[in-house]
Amino acid sequence: MSGTPALVLDNVRAWYGESLVLQGVDFQVLPGEAVTLLGRNGAGRTTTLRAILGLTGRRQGSIRVFGEETLGQPTYRIARHGIGYCPEERGIFASLSCEENLKLPPLFDNGSPGLSLDEIYQLFPNLAERRHSPGKALSGGEQQMLALARILRTGAKLLLLDEISEGLAPVIVDTLGEAIRALRSRGYTILLVEQNFHFAAALCDRLLFMEHGRIIETLTPVQLEDQADRVSRLLSV
Amino acid sequence: MDLFGVPITALMAQLMIGLVNGCFYAVLSLGLAVIFGMLHVINFTHGAMFMLGALLSWAGLHYFNINYWVMLVMAPLIVGAFGILLERLFLRRVYHLDYLYGLLLTLGLTLIIEGAVRSAYGVSGRPYGPPPIAGVTNLGFLMLPNYRLWVIVASLLVCGATWFMIERTRLGAYLRAATENASLVEAFGVNVPMMVSLTFGFGVALAAFAGVLAAPVMQVSALTGQTLIVIVFAVVVIGGMGSILGTVVTGIGLGLVEALTKVYYPEASSMVMFLVMVLVLMVRPNGLFGGGE
Repeated sequence: MSGTPALVLDNVRAWYGESLVLQGVDFQVLPGEAVTLLGRNGAGRTTTLRAILGLTGRRQGSIRVFGEETLGQPTYRIARHGIGYCPEERGIFASLSCEENLKLPPLFDNGSPGLSLDEIYQLFPNLAERRHSPGKALSGGEQQMLALARILRTGAKLLLLDEISEGLAPVIVDTLGEAIRALRSRGYTILLVEQNFHFAAALCDRLLFMEHGRIIETLTPVQLEDQADRVSRLLSV
Repeated sequence: MDLFGVPITALMAQLMIGLVNGCFYAVLSLGLAVIFGMLHVINFTHGAMFMLGALLSWAGLHYFNINYWVMLVMAPLIVGAFGILLERLFLRRVYHLDYLYGLLLTLGLTLIIEGAVRSAYGVSGRPYGPPPIAGVTNLGFLMLPNYRLWVIVASLLVCGATWFMIERTRLGAYLRAATENASLVEAFGVNVPMMVSLTFGFGVALAAFAGVLAAPVMQVSALTGQTLIVIVFAVVVIGGMGSILGTVVTGIGLGLVEALTKVYYPEASSMVMFLVMVLVLMVRPNGLFGGGE
């Protein structure tokens, strides 16, 4: 079982309407690994996460989640293989309270227990204070913590996290970094999309660079330091 | 005793009638608002579904001798199932398009349903017969038929139950969340397509329930729903899409406004709703209880 990758993308092509956004994406993530997708805006990183969940238009190729082919499945079935998704826009429901948001995602029937509410509030004490506030009253940082926190209860083992550090104060980014480290030590598998590669390099095992809807380079955090010039060229606009 | 030249008893009588009508408006507009929130479809078939509920209730009694209470449960179930079928076959194909397509599609379906009923039964009203609850209650200012009292109680119960389901249960939380961002709720593993079908089925079942309630007090005909649907649209626009409570309060309030107009200036009674609608939209474009969007 430990040999089965958590996620395999094999020559994945995905469209939005008529335009081909992913042009053959190949990579895999092993259980317990943390991998970051880096790249310029429009390189296809967010689309890769959305394609995994079937939230794009037409898809081709193969996407296996914990060994199961998911390409023909509707979004809700794909999620039930144990995926937790934290979208770039955070997707906090304005009309639900903080705790209602937290309790919204259903628990997966996959035998892997998620974190309890107490554990989540330990990880993010701010959320405990704001538990009865409506979603729309939370600050950007609180919303981001909530977006991450609410997928930890469900028993999801593979987390897809889109730009969680974007636009947040350094102290909040640190909290999120700590949370990710804590999740890694609990065996979660994590696929990050990041703009901030310093944040990402400190947290993950490998960094994949995307351009024009393909993976063009794979580096480890150590290699990243050696090749700082190349990296900034790959990411510069 | 008079109030602005109208005897109090006559005024109260009209207000009670307005309350009964307002209850129909409330139940109908509630279904319409729930459907719009979830499907973003302006459901023109709502009046036809109301008519089908009333017709089924009448047909059950006259052809099969099935009594009112059984049909009060059966008719919404049958119409709800029919609604789910329509959603799966047709509506599902227009969600990604502009609102206008949903409106046109449901208008077309309405014409087909009403046309079919008209060719089978004609347009003349069919009397239901004596209401299932006989007797009158003396309220002091008014002798109110017990059946109308039941209509008020049943409508309020159904509205209350719907409110509870949407605001206080887990299913309701999914529903409210999906109204904001359906694809994210689906990405959490919730079977949103099925929820959408059930929501439409539930919404039209509410319309059918109102139809069964109305059958003994209105004439049942193919066109029963047509006059109502326009008023109910006005209720939803005035109330705004924001809250269930708002929709219910607006429905009942407009029933009362209509009744008062009948007392003081009958000529305007059929258009007073639209006057209110214009005034509300001028001051609050999202309706009285509406939020953003």
